[in-house]
Amino acid sequence: MSRRPAGIAAIKNKSLAQAKYKDKGSEIADNQFAQMGKQMEMFKSNLEDFAAKHRDDIRKDAEFRLQFQEMCASIGVDPLASSKGFWAEMLGVGDFYYELGIQIVEVCMATSKRNGGLIGIDELRRKVEASRGRNSQAISIDDLLRAIKKLKILGNGFSVHKVGGSFLVQSVPGELTLDHTIVLQQAQEKGHVTKSGLVNTLSWEDERARRALDFMVKEGLAWVDHQGGSENSFWFPSLIPDFSVPAS
Amino acid sequence: MDRFSWCDGSLFPDEHLVEQQGGVAVYDGHDKTPFISGFLMLTTHRLMWRDQKNRNCVITLPLSIVSGLDEQPSGFTKSAKIVVHLQPATPGQPPGPVTHSAHSFIRLSFRELGQQEFYRSFKEEVKKKRWESQAPQGGSNSAPAPSTSNAQGLLPRQRPGIVGIERSLQAKNKETNKNISQAFHDLRNLMEKAKEMVNLSKTIATKIKEKQGDITEDETVKFKSYLLSMGISNPVTRETHGEGDKYYSELARQLSTLLTKPIEDSGGMMTLTDVYCRVNRARGMELLSPEDLLHACELMEFLRLPIKLRTFDSGVSVLQAQSQNEEELITETSDMVQKQGHLTSEQLAQLLGLSVVLAKERLLMAEKMGGVCRDETVEGLNFYPNRFLTEI
Repeated sequence: MSRRPAGIAAIKNKSLAQAKYKDKGSEIADNQFAQMGKQMEMFKSNLEDFAAKHRDDIRKDAEFRLQFQEMCASIGVDPLASSKGFWAEMLGVGDFYYELGIQIVEVCMATSKRNGGLIGIDELRRKVEASRGRNSQAISIDDLLRAIKKLKILGNGFSVHKVGGSFLVQSVPGELTLDHTIVLQQAQEKGHVTKSGLVNTLSWEDERARRALDFMVKEGLAWVDHQGGSENSFWFPSLIPDFSVPAS
Repeated sequence: MDRFSWCDGSLFPDEHLVEQQGGVAVYDGHDKTPFISGFLMLTTHRLMWRDQKNRNCVITLPLSIVSGLDEQPSGFTKSAKIVVHLQPATPGQPPGPVTHSAHSFIRLSFRELGQQEFYRSFKEEVKKKRWESQAPQGGSNSAPAPSTSNAQGLLPRQRPGIVGIERSLQAKNKETNKNISQAFHDLRNLMEKAKEMVNLSKTIATKIKEKQGDITEDETVKFKSYLLSMGISNPVTRETHGEGDKYYSELARQLSTLLTKPIEDSGGMMTLTDVYCRVNRARGMELLSPEDLLHACELMEFLRLPIKLRTFDSGVSVLQAQSQNEEELITETSDMVQKQGHLTSEQLAQLLGLSVVLAKERLLMAEKMGGVCRDETVEGLNFYPNRFLTEI
């Protein structure tokens, strides 16, 4: 007996089956992914524990040290996990503050694209704590200031400014910041900018705009116009349209 | 619960361990029992529960009296459970913890997860009835269970296809989990298995990146992981290179190898604090103090390395790539002024994508060498080509 050709029902069945396979496939993939996530967490907590507990042993063996670092790199774990012991607290000695210094600069470098190298000390503290991992002790503002003090020998590139009751950490010095250049670009068209204009168009922090403008006034690059309306505007002589040629 | 009997935890000669899971509590029907936290083992013949603290406390249940299994998914505050329906107790069973129970089922609560895998194997074993091939001596040898409610009617053999794939994936996951926990058991284990673990960590990270784009949302963690991956294999230390000048000059050499490229990438300059962070991340646990770093940097110019230390009047210290040769810079700046007719520092900054301070500095330097002339007005400082030098 010859086989009947497949009818519509068979085709429907087949596509239904295919859809089911597809569902199952993505279900398996999701499951696998969840497993991977779990393994990653497992790795992370293990590495964090080891970094805290076996620091000296890991340092002793050069080959293993590199391997440990590679693991930390791929999982994103901080290998520096000294705790603030008695001597660090009393005398500021030991590795704790050096490590903290490195972690502070790291947070500043990572965020500088977004905030132009200006970060509030509270945000800095939160980020440092988060990047130290779950074994971290609580880090106080005082710890941060102490650690930053240790970096002083490396020049004025990294500085702390008191603003109101809080602190602002500046990691990109005037020599290297492109903020001023960006302000100039903004002024290109009209010859002047306002602080709120910068804050709105560039989504900068208020403080960042204020610093950039203050610097340019101080350097004699910008003039302040107090009569521009509700807020001061800043004019750049080199960009002021040429009024000597009468407009037609 | 009255079907359980005490035992010593050893297996029969032809009995095999199938699956085990820690952190399991046993419920008599809906009621709690003293068997709260233990290791649940599934063998080809029995279900066994061993107390996690008192390892001599072991209770067991023959699989032959299991009449059905149900799953209870986990809730907000509840762990996932497996409900085991049992046939009436057989007379003459060895003594157990409970002599009489109102319930004909027990519940196993999986507080440390693992209930899915266990349920699957449990169901499988009940269906396979491997205990029938040879009835266990000593234990309860009740009549073989009547055919259990076989909803899916799965055959007791390894099935290929989707289930097979799932099972093999599962086995693989389990193996990996075991490997990780074994390797991290203590430091020596980890050292032995380090290479394997490095590869595993990389595989996991790549797979997660494929799926999610990145291992984490946190910008700092991403950046850290990037910095750490630039590791130095043999950092210069006082132990390896001795004290004094030799140490510092070796250190300076290593720094220059490590940093020349990143410095050029970031526009030819990098503050010493950024350098400090980068170097120490690359060195991993072999930290360098700020003082040592500064000494090494001071030696760079003397050693004719491709980068050198430079301190601005403002007190900002940077490492600068030597490719920024002073004379070339002066010629370049003068040419620029010539081409544009005249330039202020802010205009030059925009043309070169440089900071305003550096642009001004370049112009002043060019002025000093006679490349440009200043026009200082109330509108600011403007620079013109030095015609005094070229046209008179």
